[in-house]
Amino acid sequence: MTTDFTHLQAAHCENGVTINLLKSIGVDKITEPLAFGIGSGLFYIYIPLLKINNGPAIAFRTQPGLIFKRTCKALGIPVVRKKFTSKPEAEKFLQECLNAGRPVGCQVGVYYLSYFPKEYRFHFNAHNLIVYGSEGDTYLISDPVMENTTTLTKYELERVRFAKGALAPRGQIYYPKESKIITDDIMRKAIKSGIKKNADDMLNIPMFFIGTKGIKYTAKKIKSWRDKLGLKDAGLYLAQLVRMQEEIGTGGGGFRYIYGAFLQEAYAYLPNDELLKNSTLMTQAGDLWRTAAVHAAGIYKGRIGSQADFDVMGDYLLEIAEIEKKAFESLSKIKWHS
Amino acid sequence: MKKEEIPQDNGALNKLTKEVVYAVDKDGNYSTDLSTGWEIKTTALDVAWDDIAQRIATAKQKVLNKEASPLLFFMEYRLMDLAIVSAYSGFWKWTIKRHLKPAVFEKLSDKKLQHYAETFNVSIEDLKNMTVHDN
Repeated sequence: MTTDFTHLQAAHCENGVTINLLKSIGVDKITEPLAFGIGSGLFYIYIPLLKINNGPAIAFRTQPGLIFKRTCKALGIPVVRKKFTSKPEAEKFLQECLNAGRPVGCQVGVYYLSYFPKEYRFHFNAHNLIVYGSEGDTYLISDPVMENTTTLTKYELERVRFAKGALAPRGQIYYPKESKIITDDIMRKAIKSGIKKNADDMLNIPMFFIGTKGIKYTAKKIKSWRDKLGLKDAGLYLAQLVRMQEEIGTGGGGFRYIYGAFLQEAYAYLPNDELLKNSTLMTQAGDLWRTAAVHAAGIYKGRIGSQADFDVMGDYLLEIAEIEKKAFESLSKIKWHS
Repeated sequence: MKKEEIPQDNGALNKLTKEVVYAVDKDGNYSTDLSTGWEIKTTALDVAWDDIAQRIATAKQKVLNKEASPLLFFMEYRLMDLAIVSAYSGFWKWTIKRHLKPAVFEKLSDKKLQHYAETFNVSIEDLKNMTVHDN
C-alpha cells in the first residue's frame, strides 16, 4: 500500500522532510530555504567539555526537530508527534497512518541505516526520513538527502527507529495534522518572525559558546589546540569542525548559503533591500567558512601545521563572526512596511 | 559559492547519491545544483576513519596483553562510548567499567554476555575472540 506522495531531494534531511510532508497535505509554497528560514534554522554552538566521537561538539544549525515544529507553528498548521516505549505499538501506529493514506516523518539513528555508506554510519540519532508506504515486509522510504526513494525491511526500520544513545529517537513519528490555505499574508508574518528569532539566537543568547560569540570562542580555542592537544589531535579536531560544517546536507558553508537563498526568497514576499544586502553577507560568510576549511585541510593533511597556521585559522573565524554579527544586527533592525 | 566553483570531486556519499548544494550565478542569485563531493571534506572523513582504525588496533593489542577485556575492542569497533553501550546493553556505566577488566569479564555468565553480544551485533563466541563479520 502506498500513499499519495512525491519525493523531492533537499540538502538537509529535516528541511526535506518538512517540505515533503507539507506538500503531501497540499501546502506547496514552502521551499527548502523558506522552511529553513521560517524555522530559524541557522545557528552556531560549540559545547565546551563535551566530546562527540573523540572530537569537539559543534553544530551549525538549530536543535533537531525545531525546524519542522517552528515552520508548522508559524504557518498555523497543527503537528502530531508521538514517541513510543513499545516497538509493536510504534509499528502499529505507523501502519495506521499509512492505511489512512498519510506519509509520516520518522526520526532515526544512522548507525544501522543499511542504505547509508559505511563511512557515514556514526551513532547520530537525529536523521529524518519519510515512510510513505509498505509492500509486504518492506517499507517505502523517502530520504530527502537522496536523489531517489529507497526501502527498508520491517526489521531494519525498527532498528533505526529504536537506536539508542544521545538524542535516541524512541520510535518518534511526526506529521502535519491538517491542511490549511497559506496566504501571502501568513507567509510574510512567518518570514518576519523567523528572521527575528534567528537574529535573537545568533546575537542575544547570553552564553559565550553560542551564536556569533560562539564562533569567536571557537577561534580562540583553535589557536590553543596545537599546544594543548598536539598537532595530530588538533588536526583531527579541525577535521571534525569541517565535517560538521560541510557534511551531509548543509548545502555548503555550514548552512550559510541556504540562509542566503532564504533571504532572497523572502524578498519576493517582502521587497526590502536589506534582505538582499544581507543575503550577500551570508554568501560572504559561507565563502569564508569554506576558505577556512581549505586551510584546515592543509593542517589535517599534514601539509602545514605551525602555530602561525592555527592562528590564521582562528582569524578566519573571527572575521566570519564579524560578518555574521553585522548581518543579523542589520536583519534585526529592519522596519517592515507591510 | 559560485555555480562554476561547485566541486565535483569523489566522496563516499557518492556511492549512494549526489548531494544538493546552494550556489549563486553571476548576478548573485541562488539556486541549487548537485555535487558529487568535495575533496576537502572527503579527506576530513578519511582522517577520522584512520584515527578509528588506530584506536581499534590499540584496543586489540590491549586485549591481547590482558590489559582490557574484549569489550574495549568492540566499543572502538562499534564507535560506542560508555553511555551508548549502557543504553543498548542495559548495564550501568560503572558495571561496564568493571566488565572491561579481563578477570571480571572472564567470569561473566552467558546471560550477561548475551546482552553485550546483542549490543555489538555479534555472537557470544565472536565476542570472546574479537571476531568481526562485516555487516
